Amino acid sequence: MHVRKREKPFGFEKLSKPKGELVIIEDRCKGCGFCVEYCPNDVLEVSNKYNLMGYHTPEVVNKDNCVYCGFCQMICPDFAIFCAEVEPEVQEQAQAVDETD
Amino acid sequence: MKADRKGILTGKHQLSGSQACAEGAFSAGCRFLGYYPIRPSFGVVERFIERCADGDGVFIQMEDEISALAAVLGASWTGKKSMTVTSGPGLSQMMEHVGLGVMLETPCVIVDIQRDGVSEGLPNAPGGGDIMQARWGSHGDYEIIALAPNSPQEMFDFTVKAFSLSERYRTPVLILSDPGIGRMEEEVTIPDLKDLKMEKRKYFRGNKDSYLPFKYDEKDLVPPMVDISQGYRFHVTGLTHDERGYPVMSDECQEWNVHRLVNKIRLFTDQIVEIEENQTEDADVVVVSYGVTSRDALQAVRQARKEGIKAGSLRLMTVWPFPEKRIAKLAQKIDGFVVPEINFGQIFFEVERCSRGESETLFVYHASSQVGQSADILKSIKKIAGNKN
Amino acid sequence: MKAIEKEKKHPMEQLLRMDRIPHIWCPGCGIGNAVSAFAEALDKLEFDLDKVCVVSGIGCTGRVAGYIKVDSFHTTHGRAIPYATGIKLGNPELKVVVVSGDGDLVSIGGNHFVHAARRNIDLTVICVNNFIYAMTGGQVAPTTPIPAFTTTSPFGNFESPVNVPRLAEAAGAVYVARWTALHMRRLASSIVEAFNRPGFSVVEVISPCAMYYSRTNKLGDGLDMMKFYYENSTIKHGEPTDNLDIDYQKEIIVGKFVDRERPTFTESFKSWQKE
Repeated sequence: MHVRKREKPFGFEKLSKPKGELVIIEDRCKGCGFCVEYCPNDVLEVSNKYNLMGYHTPEVVNKDNCVYCGFCQMICPDFAIFCAEVEPEVQEQAQAVDETD
Repeated sequence: MKADRKGILTGKHQLSGSQACAEGAFSAGCRFLGYYPIRPSFGVVERFIERCADGDGVFIQMEDEISALAAVLGASWTGKKSMTVTSGPGLSQMMEHVGLGVMLETPCVIVDIQRDGVSEGLPNAPGGGDIMQARWGSHGDYEIIALAPNSPQEMFDFTVKAFSLSERYRTPVLILSDPGIGRMEEEVTIPDLKDLKMEKRKYFRGNKDSYLPFKYDEKDLVPPMVDISQGYRFHVTGLTHDERGYPVMSDECQEWNVHRLVNKIRLFTDQIVEIEENQTEDADVVVVSYGVTSRDALQAVRQARKEGIKAGSLRLMTVWPFPEKRIAKLAQKIDGFVVPEINFGQIFFEVERCSRGESETLFVYHASSQVGQSADILKSIKKIAGNKN
Repeated sequence: MKAIEKEKKHPMEQLLRMDRIPHIWCPGCGIGNAVSAFAEALDKLEFDLDKVCVVSGIGCTGRVAGYIKVDSFHTTHGRAIPYATGIKLGNPELKVVVVSGDGDLVSIGGNHFVHAARRNIDLTVICVNNFIYAMTGGQVAPTTPIPAFTTTSPFGNFESPVNVPRLAEAAGAVYVARWTALHMRRLASSIVEAFNRPGFSVVEVISPCAMYYSRTNKLGDGLDMMKFYYENSTIKHGEPTDNLDIDYQKEIIVGKFVDRERPTFTESFKSWQKE
């Protein structure tokens, strides 16, 4: 499917993509796996290490993929993971963003 | 008949016992009634609803007695004085929430217009079937306060006193009445606001971060309370809890918490118990009674005295806590107790227990049809006097 | 979502009783999700938290009251709604929320659920439905589908389950929605809408029960149930509530089904009092 190359959005000189940094409170985690499964950008994986209660905690494997969507923070039933926003990256006018052919 | 600002109809009125009870509640400041209609308790409810119409009271007819008492407990935590009105079968349903009220230490008043008999029984006849249920009805360990008025004036006074006791001891308080008193019409004097003696709820006024819902005062074992929305963000639970209000599942906590709930009332029995004695100083036979039966008991005592028998009457104004010490003391010098009740023996067992075999105890089944007559009580008085000879 | 300082403090911590976290719920249990959505909703609403009161009954979901940092009550089984009714009538300015499980609300508490909806008492009810009585050891609930196995239906449940949104609508609730523990954002929005809608609002949250329901029926753990919800839930706003039965391991219809206006109990009472 041909996609029109993205033009400059109204009012914005440059695109900026939000970026987040995850903080995992390991000893609260119960190893349910929700955050790992439902992160839209595969930022997390189940690690091999154990926390105090004997559960496998998640770990960040693709740090740069985090777009601060906040879903892991919402879906964690144990309040063991949250997202902090970092300075958003400023990109050049996107030429090659989201090209699907 | 104009209410003054505080909703008190100061003055002399011709009221039935039920109406006097509702007036007592309104005068005490009660502004929430959650109830389920059950015969024969309508009189109180009707009067309260009438007063709500031109006042600031709230009432709700709930879907059953269980929810009626639950709503009353909830409303109490918003700072409102609340009460419910019911009869025997309804009180049976409310028992779980009596326990919750005791555990959460919620002040409230339960008016029980007792009817006769087990299960549905005789809905319109005066009864005394809930005496033991008032004390032991809910599961587990607790103490309760129950009052038994014997006239419309006492219905008013005791309702005010019930609210006062419930605020002082932070506990549900029962009023055990019956349709005999409920339907009786007599002159009731309603005092001025300044003459109404009422204990106030003990509130915590300290720092919002330092509130512990069940941290009690050593001198009276009662923790200060707060209302919802005052910013204390407390949590309370019916599970065994520590002073933070959080559930703690341990024997030590049970001992700390539940034993205090019992001692809160048990250690202050002398201040709560009220009895009325008539000619007991030189009596050989004492009639122990409460409620509408006490009127017949007094009549029997007077008749016995005329016939030369040294009889006396001990009327229980507070049924619970029971005046154990007084009964034990009297037992040592008299020949016997006569206990007339409109049931098959409830307070009779308490009298027997407390007399510890020092004197005879005779039970009189004072049937609901015999309310207003005293022949059966007199007969038992004579029996004890005769036994002595 | 607000940008926060990079310190080890979860943004929802001011809404939780941190001295009791980690909570007692099992790994993979969806009650934590319901609490998370509720915290998110409270955050969005910016309501004065001193005026919010949470009442819960007995059960796993009943423990929610002990973890949220508002005035909260953990009452008797099934009677959270009448208790909350008393609180609301005692102080109509409060926002009273009942958070309880399916067994607590529609089994022993079914009578109170129906009448509070009929009277339109201004309450928000969050019903976490995990199809089982979890706290007491995995017994069959009125919401358990046929023919699920539970400890008290060892040969499979044969009783027809209750359809909670249909019951709520029939009784007179003004707002009825259902989401699963997976639909976090929509659940939080629904809770916000339920708060803002005066009257009896019900939000049902379909939740996994990793310890009992899914384990006894060999459906996996909490994550497997969430994957099932992902594959099998369909959003159909406004769907007639009689189509919302949940059959065993079949499609779950979620969405907002009822959103209407009716005079609340307090409004009717006040207008009677004025007359």
